[in-house]
Amino acid sequence: MTDDTRALAVSALTKTYGQAEVLCGIDLNVAAGERVALLGHNGAGKSTLIKLVLGLIRATGGTITVAGHAPGSMAARRATAYLPEQVAFHKSLTGREQLTTFARLAGEHPKTVSPLLERVGLAEAADRRIGTWSKGMRQRLGLAQALLGRRRVALLDEPTSGLDPISRHDLYAVIAEMAAGGTAVLIASHALTELEARTDRIAIMRKGRLVADDTLPGLSQQAGLPTRIRLTARDGAADRVHAQLGGARVNGCAVELCCTADQKMAQLARISGLGDAVRDIEMAPPSLEDIYRHYCGEARQ
Amino acid sequence: MIRRILAIAMAEFRIQRRNRWLVSATSLMTLFALALTFAGSAPTGTLGVDLLTVSVASMTTLAVYLAPFLALMIAFDAIAGEAERGTLGLVLTYPLSRGEMLLGKFAAHLSVLSIAISLGLASAGVAAALAGGAGPESLLALARLIVTAILLGACFLALGYAASALSNSVAGAAGLAVGLWLVLVVLYDLGLLGALVFDNGGGFTSHVFPWLLAANPADAFRLWNVADSQQVALVSGMAGAGAALPVWAAPLSLFLWPLLALGLARAAFARVEP
Repeated sequence: MTDDTRALAVSALTKTYGQAEVLCGIDLNVAAGERVALLGHNGAGKSTLIKLVLGLIRATGGTITVAGHAPGSMAARRATAYLPEQVAFHKSLTGREQLTTFARLAGEHPKTVSPLLERVGLAEAADRRIGTWSKGMRQRLGLAQALLGRRRVALLDEPTSGLDPISRHDLYAVIAEMAAGGTAVLIASHALTELEARTDRIAIMRKGRLVADDTLPGLSQQAGLPTRIRLTARDGAADRVHAQLGGARVNGCAVELCCTADQKMAQLARISGLGDAVRDIEMAPPSLEDIYRHYCGEARQ
Repeated sequence: MIRRILAIAMAEFRIQRRNRWLVSATSLMTLFALALTFAGSAPTGTLGVDLLTVSVASMTTLAVYLAPFLALMIAFDAIAGEAERGTLGLVLTYPLSRGEMLLGKFAAHLSVLSIAISLGLASAGVAAALAGGAGPESLLALARLIVTAILLGACFLALGYAASALSNSVAGAAGLAVGLWLVLVVLYDLGLLGALVFDNGGGFTSHVFPWLLAANPADAFRLWNVADSQQVALVSGMAGAGAALPVWAAPLSLFLWPLLALGLARAAFARVEP
C-alpha cells in the first residue's frame, strides 16, 4: 500500500480540542528497524501524537498510516505495540494471568507467555498478584506485553520512568533487539542522556509543532551549536596557550575554546602546532541536552 | 471474535471472584431470601397455598430491589474504573473492539449474577419446600422467578455500563448508578401511583397505566411473575394490572431491555477517550 520501509507515516497531522490547537501540521516517518526519540516538554503534544497513532482519539486533519493501515483499524492494532507512560494492570490478577489475557487478545498462543516473563525477569513473581508488585515490576510487565507477537511499530511512552539503572539497561537492550528484528520504535522520553546513544534519530516537539527531526550530528550542525575544547597546559605555559589560541582561562592551567563543527579540524591543527605546551585535551560536542534546549527555545547564553 | 470476548470474560470473572463479589453477592441473596421466606410464612394457612408459593411471592418483591442493585454495583466500575486506573488505554490498543470488550465483561458479570441469584433463590426455595411443602406449580414459579431475576439483572448490568461510560470518574458512575436504581426501581412506581390517584379510575388507569408498567423492566419483572401464576398473584395482590395486558408484553419488555441497554452502553462507550 505505502512505501514498505515506512512502518509509521504521519503527515500534516492536526488535532484541536475546541479552540485549543494541540498538534499542528506534524510530519514524521519512522522506518522499519529505526529507533526515533520523541522529545518535548510536558504538554508539547507527545502523548496526543501517540494516542492518535494508536487510534484512541481521532485526528482533526492530516493522515497517519501504521504499517500501511489506518490507525485504530484491526490490522493497525495487530501491528502496534504500546507501552503507556503510567502502565497499570488489574491488581487482583497475577502477572501470568494478565499477560495470558493480552496474548489471547493479540491472537498469540498462551504458551508464548512464560518465555516472555522470563525474558523481562519476572519468572519468579509471575504467579503473585500484580497488586503486590513494585512499580519497576509493573513496568517490566508492560514491556513484556509490548513484546507479544511480531509487531511492526512500537510506541513507548516514558519507558524507563521508575526503573533502576540495571533495568534501564535491560530495557534498552530489549528495544535494540526489537529494532534489529525490524520493528520501528518511537520512544517518547525526558531521559535525554540515556537516549543520546540509543536512538538513531531525534524528533523534538514544541507547543504542538515538530521543530526538529534529524540525527544527533545533523541537529547540532543545523543548530550551529559549538563544540567545546578544553586544553590543559603544562605548568607555566597556560598564558602562552591562551595568547595564541584565545578562548577563556579556567582554573589557572586550563583554556577553554568553542568552535563550530566545521572549524574543528582547523582548530585541532593549531593546537597540535603548540607542541608540548598542551598536556591534555578534551572535546565535548553539543549534547542532546544542549540541542534540546536550543530547539525548545531555552538557550540562556 | 469469540476468542477475544472469552479472554476478557475469563479475566473479568477471575477479578470478580478475587474481589469477593461472587461470594458476597451470593451470600447476600441467600440471606435475604431465607429471611423473607420464613418471616413471610404467616399467610400460608389463610390463603390455602403451600409455603413455596408464599416464598416465591416474597422473593419476587426482594428480587425487584436486590437484583438491580447487585447488577449496578458490579457494573458501575466497568468502564469508568478502567479509565481511572489507566488500564483501559492499553487494552483498547489490542485488536479488540469496544463492543467485544463490553460483551466479555457482560458475560463474566452475568455469570456472577446468575450464580448469586440461582443459588440464593433456589436455596430459599428448597428450604421453603422442605418446611412447608411445594407443588409443581410453585416449583415452576420458582424457576420462572430465577430466570426473570437474571434477565432483570442483565438489564441493569447493561444500564450500569452505560452509566459507567457516561461518567468521567468512578465516583460519578457510582452516583449515576444509585440514581438509576432509585428512579427505575422506586420513584417510577411512586410516580405511577400518584398518577393513578389523580386519574381516579379514568382512561389512564385502564389503558395507559398497564403499558407504562410493562415499559419499566422492574415492573415487567413483577408483572411476568405474577401474571403467570394465579397463586402468586393472589398473594402479591398484583393481578389487576397484569390482566389488562397481553401475555407477551412483560416478557417482551424484559428481553428487549438488556439489548437496548447494551446498545446504549456501546454508544456511550464509543465516546470515551482513554
